[in-house]
Amino acid sequence: MNYADLFRVTLPETALDIAALLVLIVDLGFLRKAALQTRIMAAVLIGVFGCGGALLAMPYQVDGGLAYPGSADLLLSAGGYTAVSQIGILVLTVLTLFLLIGSDFTKHVGEFVAVVLMAATGGLLISAAQDLLVIFVGLELLSLGLYILTAFAKKSGKSAESAMKYYLFGGMSAAFLLFGFSYLYGLTGSTNLHEIMLGFYGPTVISSTPLVYVALVMIAAGLGFKVAAVPFHLWAPDTYEGAPAPAAAFIASVSKVASFALLIGIGTAAAHVFNQMHHAGFVTASRGPAPTWIGFEHPWSLILAIIAVASMVFGNLAALAQDSVRRLLAYSAIAHAGYILIALAYYTGTNVSANAILYYILTYGLTTIAAFGAVSVVERISGSDRMDAFLGLYKRNGLLAGVLLVLFLSLAGIPPLVGFWVKFNLFATILQVNHGAVPLALVALAVAMSAVSLYYYLQVLKRVFVMPPADEAPVKGSPLTIGVLALITLAVVVLGCLPGLMQSWMAGFYAGM
Amino acid sequence: MLAWTIYISFAGALVLALMPKGNAALARVIALLVAAAGFAIAIAGFAAGAGQGRVTIVDVPWVPMMGIHYTLAADGISRVLVLLTGLAAVAGVLFSWNINLRTNEFFAFFLALIGGVYGVFLSFDLFLLFVFYEIAIVPKYFLIAIWGSTRREYAAMKLALYSFVGSAMVLVVLLAAYATSGSHSTGLVSLANANLPVSFQMWAFPVTFIGFGILAGLWPFHTWAPTGHVAAPTAASMLLAGVVMKLGAYGCLRVAIGLFPHGLDPWSWSFLGIGSWRDVFALLAVIGIIYGALVALAQTDFKFVIGYSSVSHMGFVLLGLVTLTQVGVDGAVLQMFSHGVIAGLLFAIVGRVVYERTHTRQFGELEGMYLGRRLPFAAWAFVIAGVASMGLPGFSGFVAELQVLMGAWIAKPWWTAASGVGIVIGVAYTWRALQRAFFTDRLPRPDEHPKEGWPKFDPITWPEITATCLLFAATLIVGIYPSILLNSIEPAVKALLAGGMQ
Repeated sequence: MNYADLFRVTLPETALDIAALLVLIVDLGFLRKAALQTRIMAAVLIGVFGCGGALLAMPYQVDGGLAYPGSADLLLSAGGYTAVSQIGILVLTVLTLFLLIGSDFTKHVGEFVAVVLMAATGGLLISAAQDLLVIFVGLELLSLGLYILTAFAKKSGKSAESAMKYYLFGGMSAAFLLFGFSYLYGLTGSTNLHEIMLGFYGPTVISSTPLVYVALVMIAAGLGFKVAAVPFHLWAPDTYEGAPAPAAAFIASVSKVASFALLIGIGTAAAHVFNQMHHAGFVTASRGPAPTWIGFEHPWSLILAIIAVASMVFGNLAALAQDSVRRLLAYSAIAHAGYILIALAYYTGTNVSANAILYYILTYGLTTIAAFGAVSVVERISGSDRMDAFLGLYKRNGLLAGVLLVLFLSLAGIPPLVGFWVKFNLFATILQVNHGAVPLALVALAVAMSAVSLYYYLQVLKRVFVMPPADEAPVKGSPLTIGVLALITLAVVVLGCLPGLMQSWMAGFYAGM
Repeated sequence: MLAWTIYISFAGALVLALMPKGNAALARVIALLVAAAGFAIAIAGFAAGAGQGRVTIVDVPWVPMMGIHYTLAADGISRVLVLLTGLAAVAGVLFSWNINLRTNEFFAFFLALIGGVYGVFLSFDLFLLFVFYEIAIVPKYFLIAIWGSTRREYAAMKLALYSFVGSAMVLVVLLAAYATSGSHSTGLVSLANANLPVSFQMWAFPVTFIGFGILAGLWPFHTWAPTGHVAAPTAASMLLAGVVMKLGAYGCLRVAIGLFPHGLDPWSWSFLGIGSWRDVFALLAVIGIIYGALVALAQTDFKFVIGYSSVSHMGFVLLGLVTLTQVGVDGAVLQMFSHGVIAGLLFAIVGRVVYERTHTRQFGELEGMYLGRRLPFAAWAFVIAGVASMGLPGFSGFVAELQVLMGAWIAKPWWTAASGVGIVIGVAYTWRALQRAFFTDRLPRPDEHPKEGWPKFDPITWPEITATCLLFAATLIVGIYPSILLNSIEPAVKALLAGGMQ
């Protein structure tokens, strides 16, 4: 048992948890009489320091497991895609904490920040997890945190309602996931991802029993819920609409990044084992040409592709009918999850493939946090997130209108903003490796669907820029919030104009691998 | 040097967007200066480039990991179209002198659009070209939606979605070509030399041609054009007809024909004389020419006449392109320039000079205003522009359409015969519009005659006169001495048709 390694790999998680406890102590112990905004500032500050500490601890990570190295008992991996997604999670957590400043939906600031930090811990865990049990524990840590965050606006009925829906769906999908995991364990006798994959391709071939398919569908249901893919998306619009803005932004960004990192982890394990077998000549020699599922190498990929198509089509079409901007963002999130799931269906286990997905989801998270921030500023003044609340925003707050313009166009994938570039990168990566009609058709569908998406993004921008304001009162947000939003917007523009920047940064993490 | 047309346009847009609101006069002057500087650079670049082939302006790696370069270059075709863009920009600013609503934003969007257009014409990397092509979509939407008239929000959204669907088709091909070529580059030259398989080109060509053709008013995907032109504010409709439609035609030439020439090869079978994509698109172009002209003949709204005439004239451009003959493609490029100038002029007269004074575009109401006598400047400007538009010798339209028809005759004589009908109908709708709007012979009923004389219209202003003269001069110079442009178009077209990009 190598607990030292295990401790080293969980250093960032430890830093976050210490910060979470510290927030509770400071807020509940020392600042009980202080003004709300002071308490928020203090809590956010501690949270930011916690994330910073976690970032500083990142370089000391090593792969960790109970008997690792030397056997396949790896529990948590470090470096590579894990490092990229963990840094992403920490940075996005900091940005969501900034959205808290100036808000007044709760008096329990310390608890809110503590729960955010603990949920982020869960996110860090699942993006590194290599074992079914760790995956499950990490997911539950993340999910339970999200349910609480959603319910945090106690004065709002919507918040309670959406948290209830989210919790019931979440509980059910966790049950599905655990059920699927139990089948996998029963079939392979291991909870380790690599060992399970060995069972798929190895000497004791299990992929022929129908129980595998049952297990895979169950797991797809559980993980599909986390990334809000159709048909497991039903919680998303309600939760995005009802949750307080920082919580919604956290769900839309950090939780998404972590869940996709988990999917990458599963895909990487599968790809590595498959490739090793393939190189050893095992797969083809013993069983003839490897079986395919409508052109896909794994049944898992086929499941992902089906979910992806459903998400792209349904998400984009449903978004057309929305009147609430938050619900619109929820459906657009479903659509974006669809684009990424195509890439996961064609995931090859290479760094390029992992980077394309992470690049997409990280910049998407960045954009969507700012979008929620901007929506919450408008909401606080007009009390609604209906489209009509945005009427004539250009007159009421020009800067905020510009921010919304850039963010929404980036989500729609208009160059030279980063949203376009990541889409191009994602699709090009898919097509470069996979030739043939099926991947091309899927990419063509994705591109066509993103043409549909321009319509609903323009519906919002039309109200912001074209239509006259119904109420001339200026929209003011706290300068810090506006500053953060402007900074993110600037980042969206700069990363779009210089797409190589972030790519080479991400590629740097694979240098030693 | 030509690259600065792009940079100063975007810089101008940024300055205007950040400028404090309310100072309309300053915004106008800045916009005019930026547009004029762009035009001056375009002229200088055109003059400096005379007799040269393709000249690379900038070529630096942009995304090294994917082999994407920031490549700007200009050949004869690019230089002519950049010149057109500069001209249209200056004229557009002058004809927008009376915009008082959110002036700085108007000119910011205007210059952003112009910058995107310059960028498309100068890009020699497919990815970069696509980026500029999409940059041009958003300003169009806002220009029409905010400052437009007649059903502006509908027209703006329609235009934006049509453009975006077209560019989505191009994006699919771009991705597929990038993956198929395996050359790890999106440069136009390296893609053209990548020997893409014929089976790939066979589907990539039509998808690209339609994708770009949507913006060039290819029938039956043209329906955004009349509604968009009519709804747009004058300067925007000048730009739409003048340069944005040329973006589509340019993409058809540079990307569809330049990269996928084998997509035009005959199929192994034919149906009703149609045996290749070339025949298909020639047929669509001819239908566009005749259909646009016929529909223009039946309009009651003055601006719709010009809108549909654009569809008809752009049909000539597309027909010229698919002739694949030297003279036909020369004519197509010249027609892009010529139509850009003439359509700009027509839209300016109808949308600015007439509409801003009469506040109606319906022939029924214009007839009762006797504009021939009360607005002689508009009437005579429209006579000259109309004559140029129908292709009278001495104006640029004549040389261009003649060359297209010659090229079509070499390819398939019936193309020429059919599009000749379009020219005849073109004369008819132009005269009809001219007569009903300006020189009506309906006498005023006694009760219509105001006792104290007709109210005076606002006098014609200097920006209108300047811009009109500028556009007249352009069409006349090119009409009388077409070699000034043809000398630079011909070698470029020759190189492009000779297969690949040199």
